[in-house]
Amino acid sequence: MNAITPPPAQSQSDDQSAATQAGAVQKSGADLLLDALEEQGVEVIFGYPGGAVLPIYDALDKRGTIKHIMVRHEQGAVHAAEGYARSTGKPGIVLVTSGPGATNAVTGLTDALLDSIPLVCITGQVARPLIGTDAFQECDTIGITRNCTKHNYMVDHADRLAGVVHEAFHIATQGRPGPVLIDIPKDVQFESGSYTAKADAVARPTVAKPLMDDERIAKVVDMLRSARKPVFYTGGGVINAGPRASETLRALAHASNVPVTSTLMGLGAFPASDRQWLGMLGMHGSYEANNAMHDCDLMVCIGARFDDRVTGRLDAFSPGSKKIHIDIDPSSINKNVPVDLPVIGDAGKILAALLQKWQSTEVDSPCDPARLDGWWAEIASWRGKNSFAYAKSDSLIKPQYAVERLYELTKGYDTYITTEVGQHQMWAAQHFHFEEPNRWMTSGGLGTMGYGLPAALGVQEAHPDALVIDIAGDASVQMCIQEMSAAIQYGLPIKIFILNNEYLGMVRQWQELLHDKRYAQSYSASLPDFVKLAEAYGGEGFCAEHPDELDDKIIAMIKSDKPVLFDCRVTKEENVFPMIPSGAAHNDMLLGGAVTGEEISAAGKVLV
Amino acid sequence: MSDTPNDNAPSQSVYPVSSGDPAIYECILAAIVDNEPGVLARVVGLISARGYNIESLTVAETDVMKHRSRITIVTSGTATKISQIKAQLERLVPVRRVIDVTAESDAIERELALVKVEGSGEQRLEAMRVADIFRARPIDITHNSFVFEVTGTRDKVNAFIDLMRPLGLVENSRTGVLSIRRGAEAN
Repeated sequence: MNAITPPPAQSQSDDQSAATQAGAVQKSGADLLLDALEEQGVEVIFGYPGGAVLPIYDALDKRGTIKHIMVRHEQGAVHAAEGYARSTGKPGIVLVTSGPGATNAVTGLTDALLDSIPLVCITGQVARPLIGTDAFQECDTIGITRNCTKHNYMVDHADRLAGVVHEAFHIATQGRPGPVLIDIPKDVQFESGSYTAKADAVARPTVAKPLMDDERIAKVVDMLRSARKPVFYTGGGVINAGPRASETLRALAHASNVPVTSTLMGLGAFPASDRQWLGMLGMHGSYEANNAMHDCDLMVCIGARFDDRVTGRLDAFSPGSKKIHIDIDPSSINKNVPVDLPVIGDAGKILAALLQKWQSTEVDSPCDPARLDGWWAEIASWRGKNSFAYAKSDSLIKPQYAVERLYELTKGYDTYITTEVGQHQMWAAQHFHFEEPNRWMTSGGLGTMGYGLPAALGVQEAHPDALVIDIAGDASVQMCIQEMSAAIQYGLPIKIFILNNEYLGMVRQWQELLHDKRYAQSYSASLPDFVKLAEAYGGEGFCAEHPDELDDKIIAMIKSDKPVLFDCRVTKEENVFPMIPSGAAHNDMLLGGAVTGEEISAAGKVLV
Repeated sequence: MSDTPNDNAPSQSVYPVSSGDPAIYECILAAIVDNEPGVLARVVGLISARGYNIESLTVAETDVMKHRSRITIVTSGTATKISQIKAQLERLVPVRRVIDVTAESDAIERELALVKVEGSGEQRLEAMRVADIFRARPIDITHNSFVFEVTGTRDKVNAFIDLMRPLGLVENSRTGVLSIRRGAEAN
């Protein structure tokens, strides 16, 4: 099944051509593409031009209807689109050329797939007669991206183009969201064809049949009512389900008095200031969240997927609990952890049904308000450990302290946070607190260093007046630092707050714990002078070396109307605690303080 | 998907899982897919990327009007693993549905093989006799060779090939398994 064999006339295209060919206006493929993007309401494209997409760029420029942000590397384009999508709930659009343009986008596409971010990525391809000849800048984009997209298309005729674009948007945004790629040969961009309107386009179903009948909802409510140690374990699915889902989660949690924890991806769905909030769970989650997960008698997982960073050792994962799993993707059910009751569907709709059922049942037979008193008392004792605490310093900036101050000083602002990947990401998750969904953009599943800076670009483009901060590390930030240039070009005043410990900090931490402190290749030698670098790009640079100067400089950063690189020199060998060591269980956490390295078993050492 | 699948099935996670010794069974899945470019690569890529077992896979268009193909996959695993394979296949956009043909009753299973045997004299006669018992038809004959066409379950085809081995088997070609449910109802 060759990617370009003449189309087995698909029912889809037959219907379309029948509907549209009679007297339809003929336009070039490039114009048809832009017509379709306009009909889909696209406002901005993140991209990079090249030979195989020149007709599209030409049409884009002539029309001037859609803004284009030219990044400096295609990976940056995809992360920027992810930031745009994650902070708005709308799909992000990427446009790149063939060959290296497409392969550079692969990391971003994989990132979006693992974190369920809706994207539509358009790639140019060499002209149809050249496909398969190893032509200049040819690669098998469809083959390469097949396993890192939710779906992908090769468009073999201009007539088919608009219909494919509409279906791509449908697939990217419906069900469990994800990236969709459309590969368009250059001659198709020139070829004449007719337009298919969104309403006429065939869109195949991508949402599994919901499994959320009244009986099942009633069963969940029954289990919640009879539980004595329940916990809500929520994830990115609640954010993807839209702001209403977060509101409903809050209402349901308050009505039922059940404690709430969340994955890294789900932060913000439940307000961090709420008394029922346990903090993030997982490898670097809070003591109370992980112990609640371990000791609960009922776990209600909503839009999360029992990732290994969350569960730790599976054979000791929450041994005494009944588990309910609410998810839109049936393949997430029983994948890692067997559950007792799956509920398939949109988290927002299911939460609304649960809330309604809970309230109507309460009218007839109210729960004993004291039924969870013992559970909350246990939680209070775990909270007493204060597991995110760290040793303060008067002379050196602790990374946790830096994030705390950043949080306090940005409180009055309309703030969005992105991160790179590593220690700084965990400190940001622990010490920056989120009250609202869509405010926290981070690479959870793939763990992509280099995500945060371009993601901040996309967030700032979507929210021009907001304060957008990338909490970064000195190593991660250099992976996509070239996008500072794009930030300057488009006047996007993103703030890059670098926790600079001169190490690949998380690598160093694992080497300390697992490899007898042999720090192979984890020292960031030859770091640039970030202040001068910022200035070289045309932005503003700050450097803070002492706790006394930190607040003033953070305030200066916030007030700056330019893109900023903030070089925050933090203590070099700080570790992220608490920590569930590899291969250990939730109730087997390392807290800060004396850690010798013997806590990790030989079996645990082989795990990532 | 069962409501109570607490059978501690092996997991995709790198972390150790407690497992009893859940029963492994073989199943035949039929995926009804849009016959579009790349659909077979998607299915095969998913199976290899997730490390699923696969014994055979056959594909051909079965509905010309709707451009649908039927992919028959023989796989094995625990009940949980098989429902995971099914769910993962169903995530693919061109996959319309996946049927576990073996789920409710015994499915009818057939495979076709072409078997080439070389020989003369008594050996040649014996090959002919065995073929007759298996209701295999000779479809190409020379003075010192036969090509037999044999259909049946995998066990029958295996048995036929094993018996032909000492009788001058030189080559064989098999379609892989096709399967359909018994009875009047369509899946």
